[in-house]
Amino acid sequence: MGKTLAEKILTQKSAGDACAGDIVISRVDLAFVQDTTGPLTVRQFQAGKFERLADPERTALFFDHAAPSPNRQLSNDHQLLRQFAKDMGCLKYDVGSGVCHQIVAEALAKPGDVVVGSDSHTVTAGALGAFATGMGSSDVAIIFALGKTWLRVPESIRVNITGRFKTNVGAKDLVLYLIGSIGADGATYKALEFGGKGLKNLTMSDRFTVANMAVEAGAKVGLFPSDEVTQAYLKAQGRGKDFQPLAADKDANYEKTIDIDLGRLEPMVAKPHQVDNVARAKELKGTKIQQVFIGTCTNGRLEDLAIAAAILKGKKHHPDTRLVVAPASPKVLLEAIAAGYIKTLLEAGAVILPPGCGACLGLHQGILGDGEACLSTANRNFKGRMGNPEAFIYLASPATAATSAVTGEITDPGEVS
Amino acid sequence: MLKGKAFKFGGGISTDHITPGRLAHLRSDLPKLAKHVLEDADPTFASRVKKGDFVVAGSNFGLGSSREHAPLVIKMSGVSAVLAKSVARIFFRNAINLGLPVLTCDTDGINDGDELEVDLAGGTVNDISNGKKLTFGKLPDVMLKILGEGGLLPYIQKHGDFKL
Repeated sequence: MGKTLAEKILTQKSAGDACAGDIVISRVDLAFVQDTTGPLTVRQFQAGKFERLADPERTALFFDHAAPSPNRQLSNDHQLLRQFAKDMGCLKYDVGSGVCHQIVAEALAKPGDVVVGSDSHTVTAGALGAFATGMGSSDVAIIFALGKTWLRVPESIRVNITGRFKTNVGAKDLVLYLIGSIGADGATYKALEFGGKGLKNLTMSDRFTVANMAVEAGAKVGLFPSDEVTQAYLKAQGRGKDFQPLAADKDANYEKTIDIDLGRLEPMVAKPHQVDNVARAKELKGTKIQQVFIGTCTNGRLEDLAIAAAILKGKKHHPDTRLVVAPASPKVLLEAIAAGYIKTLLEAGAVILPPGCGACLGLHQGILGDGEACLSTANRNFKGRMGNPEAFIYLASPATAATSAVTGEITDPGEVS
Repeated sequence: MLKGKAFKFGGGISTDHITPGRLAHLRSDLPKLAKHVLEDADPTFASRVKKGDFVVAGSNFGLGSSREHAPLVIKMSGVSAVLAKSVARIFFRNAINLGLPVLTCDTDGINDGDELEVDLAGGTVNDISNGKKLTFGKLPDVMLKILGEGGLLPYIQKHGDFKL
């Protein structure tokens, strides 16, 4: 019997033959924390009386959730992390460096790696063919010290992609459709493995969006094969040498297969307060929104800003709707400036936030008022997510978000253009 | 044998319900953070829960973030175990790593306020209030070993490595 991608990677990183259901001790190629999970990781590491990191070059601390810090307590947490980085000689991506998952994608993860981050959206790097998964502070503290962790080799669900997106439909619509179909726990403890003839029509940016939200179906990892699209992306990041081709065996064993024809998808929206509460954008026509948020590890890349800018060119956001944009990294921001997207967005009345996560998790920047609704390109719409349990969050693609910023209500981009 | 009162929650309780991002500044002041435990699901929970009580929930409990502070503040509130129909992966792992038992069973028959007895070794829940008896799924061996040492850190301190 052949192997799934998950089984292949974990076989390579653990001693012996990894099959679905096995418990393995796996080497970890990259371990990281961010500034709201990192302080507890540091304290657990210190409580364990560990003195050094297993691999400082492959240990990273990111300052992105509170960037820059909005208050004294989080500033003090930042100090703790800076001191730890100094003492241990590990990688430090301080305030202004961007969203951890974007930096991991651009600069750190490679096909075949096992990546563990103390952030649930670590799954983003699965787009590169890395077994990337989120864990808590204690698990990551032990990985920092030992360079390994235990994993149950997951059963895999294959998502077989065919066709090509219609105009105004994209990766976010694909992943919202998938989560809506299988539910917020439809892939719990499992790997989602993407394949099929339509995969060549998904750019790396598309793949990051999809892998990023694998966790919203409960998945441990969302894996894409490493192919020519991956190779071109790594080359463009100056990391051509990090490429290796990687795919599941043809006779791999899947728990089930889900077929999705990209050409049949329509703009989708996740309604409050669960990500699997999905409807077609059309069905929500007339739903007033007070804020549009474009950004995050899900949809804060250059391609996302390009889509938003193309829609907002020469237009203004609706007078009753604020427009907030957060590029995922300084690289994205610089490229968006060079391409003129930032100018277009500013002329449309957008607030441009520094690269970071603050608005998405309701830590600061763009917190909603009581009863307000936000249409966001982020990955979560849980009650209280954007800083106010009395607010309502809808999730959609950059195209739907930008279109709706102009109309002031949830709008299928196809109904305007 | 664990004994306490059931605090019943529905399905889909996320880590944002348990400890939302707007309170991220309290994560290095855990006693203060714990005063807000499960605030967005039931604002009265923190003031009513007593040592030994149980969080009883529907499916997919703890979905969302990797923040270990979620099981941590539940444990700090005095809760002796979480009973749910199903549990999200990261929350499950985090809870066991902190020595907080998470038991999966059919929680439909348990009502809010019921007095429960939980036999961790025997795998049974006795609802004293309505006389119902439930069994819960056995934890995987690896988690039993970690839980048996009181959590991941004590486990590694004792064994120096993963001895699974």
